[in-house]
Amino acid sequence: MKQLTPVAFDTRMEQRDVIVTRLDAAIDWIRKSSCWPQPMGLACCAIELMASGAARFDIARFGAEVMRFSPRQSDVMIVAGTCTYKMAGITRRIWEQMPSPKWCIAMGACASSGGMYRSYAVVQGVDNFLPVDVYISGCPPRPEALLEGFITLQKKIMASKQFGNLWSPDPAPVDERLLKGPIVIRGE
Amino acid sequence: MPDLRDMAWIDSAARAQAAADPSAERMVINMGPQHPSTHGVLRIVLELDGEEVINVWPDIGYLHRGDEKIAENMTYTQFIPYTDRLDYLAPLANNVAYALAVEKLLGVDVPRRCKYIRVICCELARISSHLLGIGCYAMDVGATTVFFYAMRQRELVHDLCETLSGARFTTAYTRIGGLMNDLPPEFLPLLQTFLKGLPATVAEIDGLLTRNRIFVDRTKNIGVLSAADAIDLGLTGPNLRASGVEFDLRKAHPYSAYEEFDFEVPVGTVGDCYDRYLVRMEEIRQSIRILHQAVERLPDGPWHVDDPKIFLPRKEKVLTKMEELIHQFMIVTEGLNAPPGEIYFSAENPKGELGFLIISRGGGVPHRLKIRGPSFVNLQALPKLCIGHMVSDMTAILGSLDFVMGECDR
Ligand code: SF4
Repeated sequence: MKQLTPVAFDTRMEQRDVIVTRLDAAIDWIRKSSCWPQPMGLACCAIELMASGAARFDIARFGAEVMRFSPRQSDVMIVAGTCTYKMAGITRRIWEQMPSPKWCIAMGACASSGGMYRSYAVVQGVDNFLPVDVYISGCPPRPEALLEGFITLQKKIMASKQFGNLWSPDPAPVDERLLKGPIVIRGE
Repeated sequence: MPDLRDMAWIDSAARAQAAADPSAERMVINMGPQHPSTHGVLRIVLELDGEEVINVWPDIGYLHRGDEKIAENMTYTQFIPYTDRLDYLAPLANNVAYALAVEKLLGVDVPRRCKYIRVICCELARISSHLLGIGCYAMDVGATTVFFYAMRQRELVHDLCETLSGARFTTAYTRIGGLMNDLPPEFLPLLQTFLKGLPATVAEIDGLLTRNRIFVDRTKNIGVLSAADAIDLGLTGPNLRASGVEFDLRKAHPYSAYEEFDFEVPVGTVGDCYDRYLVRMEEIRQSIRILHQAVERLPDGPWHVDDPKIFLPRKEKVLTKMEELIHQFMIVTEGLNAPPGEIYFSAENPKGELGFLIISRGGGVPHRLKIRGPSFVNLQALPKLCIGHMVSDMTAILGSLDFVMGECDR
């Protein structure tokens, strides 16, 4: 994907330390660099989620180390694990308690599709009741895959242009793939 | 016992209490199923009098995935990956316990090298599980640093698992009658480096917690369980031993050559949260001892049973010999031909006694496979432990019990 150029310098203003940019770019940049995750750790994948937060993988490099267990303080829900029918309603309720804008990552085979648990108790993919932005395959996905999924989500946030439509269509090139439908990361 | 599935129950219970208790001292609150201090999705309904817990109803089943039913629909070998996901903090130990159970049904005995490698697996799993258990426990009571130190070592265990089986923690390493492969040549040096570094981390954790005023104040004399109660409730593993009962399946009914190893079984004296922490720490040290012995005395020789009806023949032979090809075909399509019968086998897992009850009617598929998850039984102690304590002690008690919902709900 081509790099957007969100920042411009105006020589007339340089002395006064002013940077000119589009509102979109600034807000999306702020949003993407401080995504607070809501870790829905439901099963084994949660252990890899923990590992991503710990020293070796250090998700703090991408501004997402602030795991918030209160849905009202979080921006991105990472569903890590097997979602059973008993848990589905609660997951949905927590999702609804999160303030917009919000995003959802389905981490692992179980969250994406039910995985190896094709049984009477397991929802076959959380996309049955959540709008998933990024799917990560793997059972469990390696922490690197989670990080890649997260970086992809950041790109999607950057491309979302919440304010762009207020004026004219934006001329900056956008990867269409990021806006249309979910993204699949291979994580095994 | 109220019907906990009825979410409206909390409201009606609260209303009933409000009528009975006009000064409104009592209240019913809901903890979980999504809550940072629960190790997995456990919902607990608490009845409080001010800050004091006067009633506890644990509500489980949020991670019920139907493992036992799934087992009835696949061959014994196909079920091995599912055992990884029972106690997902110690997959290697689950693999070993399951393989041993099926081998007991078949009546086969694996070679000594295989037994030793399995001991290495079990102890690695114990170390990694206790490290995470202690790390999360400390985080629950407010010491975040320990978690990072513990996770650093755990990553090395993951590296070892990766060399062993190719996966970071869903290993599926054992096979019925053997292992997935022999130890790779780079495994033992890696293990030795790991063993060299581990005591330093244990000492670090020890220094951070054992005499830490805050930690001690929050855990000492909290959640005391007497030996008699622990036995009555059926507790096993470190939680039982912390109450002063010296019972360890590795000593009581040695399996997989555990009788050849020299190690101690740590027991607690009081049975409180602090003792449960101490017992786990000591178990890590004992595991290091066992691992040293296993590496030193690792025997040579075959690492799987030499029976083509049970263990898959080597690929070279399958490609060149007709008979081997048929055996391979039979094992893969129909499963091993197990005799009819009913066996129970249990192994000392990091969390306690993990048991498998297999009822076979012959053939490659179990008629019924019942799993005795130690976490499920250990959780029974929750009401006994919590009642009478402050609500803030709940996190310490939950952390010290160190359960895993994957195995509890199955
Ligand atoms: S995808 Fe695999 S590791 Fe993740 S929760 Fe499901 S079974 Fe567990």
